[in-house]
Amino acid sequence: MKLDIIITGVGGQGNVLSSRILAQAAIKSGLSARTSETIGMAQREGVVMSQVRMGDIIYSPLIPDGEADILLGFELAETVRGLPKLKNNAVVIANQAAIVPVSAALGNSGYQADKIKDYLKEHVKNLYLLDATALAAKAGTYKATNIVLLGALAQLNILPFSKDKLLQVILDTVPSKYKEINIRAFELGCSFLEVM
Amino acid sequence: MKKLLMGNEAIAYGAVEAGIKLAAGYPGTPSSEILTTLAKLAKQYNFYAEWSVNEKVALEVAAGASYCGARCIVTMKQVGLNVAADPLMTLAYIGVKGGLVLAVADDPGPHSSQNEQDTRKFAQFAKLPVLDPSDPQEAKEMTKAAFNISEQLGLPVILRPTTRTCHACQDVEILQPRIAASKLGFKKDSRWVIFPSLAAKQHRWLNKQQAAASDIFENISFNSLEFNDTELGVAASGVSYLYVKEALEILGIKASVLKIGTPYPLPNKLCKEFLQKHKRILVVEEQEPVVEDQLIKIAYENKIDTVILGKNSGYNAREGELNVNKVIEILTEVNGIPSKPKAQHQLPELPVRPPVLCSGCPHRASFYAFKQAVGNNAVFTGDIGCYTLGSMQPLNAVDTCLCMGASITIASGMEKVEKGRKQVAFLGDSTFFHTGIPGLINAVYNKSDITIVVLDNRTTAMTGHQPHPGLDSTATGEPAKGLDIAKIASACGVKLIKTVDPYDLEAAVKAAREAVDFPGPSVVIMKRECAALKKERKESFYIDQDLCLGCGICVEELGCPAIEKQGDDYVINYKCAGCGVCAQVCPNEAVTGGTLK
Repeated sequence: MKLDIIITGVGGQGNVLSSRILAQAAIKSGLSARTSETIGMAQREGVVMSQVRMGDIIYSPLIPDGEADILLGFELAETVRGLPKLKNNAVVIANQAAIVPVSAALGNSGYQADKIKDYLKEHVKNLYLLDATALAAKAGTYKATNIVLLGALAQLNILPFSKDKLLQVILDTVPSKYKEINIRAFELGCSFLEVM
Repeated sequence: MKKLLMGNEAIAYGAVEAGIKLAAGYPGTPSSEILTTLAKLAKQYNFYAEWSVNEKVALEVAAGASYCGARCIVTMKQVGLNVAADPLMTLAYIGVKGGLVLAVADDPGPHSSQNEQDTRKFAQFAKLPVLDPSDPQEAKEMTKAAFNISEQLGLPVILRPTTRTCHACQDVEILQPRIAASKLGFKKDSRWVIFPSLAAKQHRWLNKQQAAASDIFENISFNSLEFNDTELGVAASGVSYLYVKEALEILGIKASVLKIGTPYPLPNKLCKEFLQKHKRILVVEEQEPVVEDQLIKIAYENKIDTVILGKNSGYNAREGELNVNKVIEILTEVNGIPSKPKAQHQLPELPVRPPVLCSGCPHRASFYAFKQAVGNNAVFTGDIGCYTLGSMQPLNAVDTCLCMGASITIASGMEKVEKGRKQVAFLGDSTFFHTGIPGLINAVYNKSDITIVVLDNRTTAMTGHQPHPGLDSTATGEPAKGLDIAKIASACGVKLIKTVDPYDLEAAVKAAREAVDFPGPSVVIMKRECAALKKERKESFYIDQDLCLGCGICVEELGCPAIEKQGDDYVINYKCAGCGVCAQVCPNEAVTGGTLK
């Protein structure tokens, strides 16, 4: 088996941590895994993309265009920016909350959230859109947005490991003082998809 | 035991398994996590680790330990090797006793660098063997092997991972470390003192070692020939090998693959066999045609009549990085296969999202204060660090950026030829220690009437918050007596030195004015801890919409990611770090809720 996952977002949203968690869960399930991360200047509010590959035979850590099976989008516009990486019929789980860049506040660049959202709905068949930032805030902090989305992804049953296994890796990874918040965030992500 | 490791962590574990006694380095993306990891492991595995002041210092510290017989690793990014070039070029002549490995990370793209220089080419210039890992597991194995090769040849060995190995994770096998048996100590010998006569002798020895290295590389697992076809052979170095394997599989092409893990020197016999067995050769490598040029030479010397395609024939660019898609394009062109039409995505207009200074970043306030004090005509020379982002709109506060430490010296040069204009040099605290101090001394000695601003955020922020000599602890967490930047400036002969908190805008603007008006070199230390390191969260501010005039000054002059425009309203979002700078800029006291300073 082979599963390629793209995680897109903005620097500071916990992109790197999420790709490590997915790869760690894959390894714990006896699979091989690779990740590729954006580290450096882009982490300061820039465009970041992590790539996670898991399965039996994996070559490079970079997923070729049009080959990814899943896109986990932490930010609305960045989700759309990641679409060329996807296969037809790929699954997209995306945060509908926008992070408006400084360039847009200055009027140098537009951010038409409605148009972007419509585009996603029109072009992605397997789309799951949720306000992960609001759910994370409900769990205790907007910083747990990534964990909400991981919960939603786990609920879909398309990963080669169980929901519980993923949650266990999350809890092994995050600082223990944030355990409760992360459990709540994960479960809010799961239950959101249950009600959809 | 298998563990998910980032390439840089894998290199650190490789060094530990090789039984190092010393590790030294200077942070630089994509290399920084090698030494961060080593610093964490130092106590447990009984070796010494330091963040050095700069790369030249790091290499010399390691050379000293190697002279005593200790295995050492030095870490840096590609441009760091330029700083370490002076000791490196002669250390190649002198040689080493304990294995000495330089882990020098290249950044094709570039993603986080000021150039795309190829360390394999540098290794060739220095006449030193270089290893080029394709993934984290191999990076670990190569690191270990590099120490043996270094001791076998008596030469420093360079390990050159690229971003896609440094910042990639893989399930990596971790083994027990080697126990270093020999007693360490320096033995006095004239071989350690380079004189012209010794240099002449050692140069002949160094040249002979090139063939010895090539012989070792004939039988090393990092080089291998997968023979599948007599028509096309593809040679690939480093991470490109993995792109080639995947591209061949996707295209269903049956070609031989020569995996090169030692791009310099090449294993001559293996390469000769590869060239002889194929009608056409394609070389796939990032950056310079290092492998390709050597293959052309081997073919010429052995009169092998094979076609060698690559960068010299325009199939592959010297700029940027490769990926599977680009390799597929190259292979389809070389094989004359009609290329598959690319999926067209007509994406809607998406926002431009360049990196910016974080919310609450003290640099934003420092730049703003100086712009208020001296206006737009002054030249703001910049340096390497987060604060290079001060060049972004709306601050537009960085007019030059060249290399580490160049802010002060470029300002000095400008001041000598353009009198009457103000030159203000901005550099960070870590950069000040790295190569800023010689520029400062030069400015004083040669009477440059410039202002130097040390953006002292108490860390090396851009590379992931490493400590530096101005702080009270070392790489391994030992207590240290942090050096006082103001006292250093004073000892260097600077007569006007001001230390202010940039969050206090009024005081910051006043200090900036005084410094710029002062005849002769002046120093302003903008002291405030990096917003990302702040332990307690300050109360967030909000904009009172009844008081807001809608003038937009807060957004248009500060460009803080915590202030958004929602419709016609300016709103502070959850990113607010509570620095209060916007509250001091607002003309109508509409920004409220937090505490100032």
